[in-house]
Amino acid sequence: MAFLTLEGVSKEFGTFTAVRDVSLTIDKGEFVSLLGPSGCGKTTTLQMIAGLVEPTEGRISLDGRDITREKPNRRGLGVVFQSYALFPHMTVAQNVAFGLEMRRVPQAERDERVRDALMLVQLSAFAGRYPRQLSGGQRQRVAIARALVIAPPVLLLDEPLSNLDAKLREEMQFELRRIQRKVGTTTIMVTHDQAEALSISDRVVVMEGGRMTQVDAPYRLYEQPSNAFISSFVGKTNLLAGTWRRNGTSSAADIGGVLLEASAPEIAAGTPVTLSIRPEKILVRDAGAGRLEGRVASRFFLGSQWLFTVETPIGTMTVSTPNLGVEPATEGSQVGLDWSPDNMRIIAGTAAAA
Amino acid sequence: MMTSRSPIPSAPWLLAGPGALFFFGLVLLPLALTVILSFQAYDHSTGIQSTFTLSHYVTVVTDGYYLEIFWRTLRIAALTTLICAAIGVPEAYILSRMRDPWRSVFLLVIIGPLLVSVVVRTFGWSMLLGSQGLVNQALQLVGFAPARILYTETAIVIALVHVMLPFMVIPVWTALQKLDPMVEAAAWTLGASHFTALRRVVMPQVTLGMLSGSLIVFGLSASAFAVPALLGGRRLKMAATLVYDEYLQELNWPLGATIAIIVLVANLCIMLAYNRMVETRARRTLG
Repeated sequence: MAFLTLEGVSKEFGTFTAVRDVSLTIDKGEFVSLLGPSGCGKTTTLQMIAGLVEPTEGRISLDGRDITREKPNRRGLGVVFQSYALFPHMTVAQNVAFGLEMRRVPQAERDERVRDALMLVQLSAFAGRYPRQLSGGQRQRVAIARALVIAPPVLLLDEPLSNLDAKLREEMQFELRRIQRKVGTTTIMVTHDQAEALSISDRVVVMEGGRMTQVDAPYRLYEQPSNAFISSFVGKTNLLAGTWRRNGTSSAADIGGVLLEASAPEIAAGTPVTLSIRPEKILVRDAGAGRLEGRVASRFFLGSQWLFTVETPIGTMTVSTPNLGVEPATEGSQVGLDWSPDNMRIIAGTAAAA
Repeated sequence: MMTSRSPIPSAPWLLAGPGALFFFGLVLLPLALTVILSFQAYDHSTGIQSTFTLSHYVTVVTDGYYLEIFWRTLRIAALTTLICAAIGVPEAYILSRMRDPWRSVFLLVIIGPLLVSVVVRTFGWSMLLGSQGLVNQALQLVGFAPARILYTETAIVIALVHVMLPFMVIPVWTALQKLDPMVEAAAWTLGASHFTALRRVVMPQVTLGMLSGSLIVFGLSASAFAVPALLGGRRLKMAATLVYDEYLQELNWPLGATIAIIVLVANLCIMLAYNRMVETRARRTLG
C-alpha cells in the first residue's frame, strides 16, 4: 500500500538539474533514508516533498492525494531542519505549541499534546527554557517534538544529526528510531552519513548526481551494492579492476596477472570486471597460508578492531580484524590474506576503482 | 606562536589617549561651557553677565511659545520615526529576500542619497513641494485644488523621512541577515501562512534592529536643523532652528544654551526610557 509516491520527479535550477527523474514509493510507517554525498539532490528531493521547492516535472502524491503544487502550510508534514530552525524568541513549549496554534486546537488539548510530545523526547523539565539555553541534542529533540506534535502523516528529517558530536550522534540515532517506532510515523531522512542510514532505516535510497541508483534494505545494500560508487560510499571496500577468465567450469578474475576465484553469473570471458571485497571479510593468516601474500604496511588500533593496510601483488588492500585480545601481525611482517570466494563480489560495468 | 612580551603598563592609556582627548576637547568641554552659559544672566544692553541665574530655564518652561516648539519637535520626530519604521521594515525585508545583482543595486539606491548633502536634497524637496512645484502641478492636472505643502509640518516630515530612511533600513536589514531563512520555512510547514510567519516569527526577531533604527531616527529628527530651517520657513520652528535664532538673531546666547540643554536632556530621557521599555522585553526573549 503506497502511502507517499514520487513519480518521475525532477528539479532544474536554471540549466542545472539537481534532481533527475526520481520515482519512489514509500509505505505507511516505513523509515526511509536518502543517502548520498553533498550535492546529490537528496535535500532538494526532501524539500520538494515538504513543499519548499516546486518540482519542475513529475508528481508527488500522499495517501492518494496529489500534493505536487500544494503550499507547505497546507500539506501538514512534519519537518526537522538541519539547523533545527527553532523559533529563538519562543520557549520550548511555545515552539512545540506553534503548529497546534496554527491549527486552532483548543488551549486545553494543546497543553496536553505539548506535554505528551515533550515527554516523548524526554524534555518535560525544559518546557520553559529558550532554545539558546539548550544543548545541541536538546534542541534537536525540541525540533522533533515540534514536528511530531501536529501528528503529521509523514515526518521529514534533513540531516538531523549532522550538527551533533560523534557520541551524541550515535545516541540520537537510536533515540530517533525509538521515537519513530513508538509513534509509527512514516519517516524520510536525508543523510550523507552511511552508518546513520544503515543503522536506523528500513530502506535506504542511494542518490548520485541527482539520480536514484539503488533502493534496498540496509543489509542488502551493504552486501550487494549495485555499482562501484555505492560499494565504496557505503562502508569501506577494496576495489580490484581486472579481466574475466574462464577455464572449463571454473571461472576467475585476472587482476594484474593474479587469478582470483569468484562466483559469478554468466559473464563472457575477456570482459573487464571490478571486484569488491569488504575489509572485514578478509582474514589475516600466517605467510603462505592464504590466497594472497602481502606485507603489512601500516596498522591502526581502533579499540574494538585492528585496521591494516597490506601491500600485495594486486595492490594495497585494507583489512580489518576484530580485537581478540592478542596482538596481531606487526608492521613490516609478511602475512597471508584469505577470504571466502562468496564474499568476493563482482560489480557490473567498468566504472573503475577510485 | 608569538613570544609574549612583558606588557607596557602605560600602553592602554597611550592607546586610548588620543580618542579620549578628542572626546574631552570636542564634546565634554563645549558641553560644560554650554551648561555654564545657560546659567548666566543676559541683558539686552550690556550682554552676558557673569551672575548666576535660573531665569532662562523658568522662561522656557513657562512661556507657551517655547513649549509649543518643543511639542512640535517631539511630534515631528515621533511621526518621522513611525513612518520610517512603517516603510523601512518591509523595505529591509524585501531587500533581504532579493537575489544578488538586484540586492546590491537596491542597497545602493537606499544608501545613495546619503552621499548627497542634506541641504541639497532639502532644496530639491522645496522645489517639488512649492506652490508651483511638481506636486502641485500634478494635483492641478488631475483636477484637485493646489495644496499648500511647503512651510508646513507635512513638508518637514516628508523630507525628514527621506533623509532618515537609510538609518532605519540598515539596522533592520542587518538583523534580518542574521536570521536563519529556514526558521520562516519551519513556520510554513507547521501551518502558518506567509503573513502569520512574518508576524509571529520574523518580526519579533528584528525588534532589536528596529529599536536601534528608531533611536537613531528619533534622535537625528529631533535635532535636525537643515530640513526645518529650509522647509519650515520663518514661522514654523523646531528646537534646533530655535537655538540658532537665539544665538544669531537675538544674540541671547544664554537662552539659546538653555534651550539646547533642555533639548539634549529631553532627548536623552525619551531615548533611555524607550530603550529600557523595548530592549528589556526583547532581551528577555532573545538573549
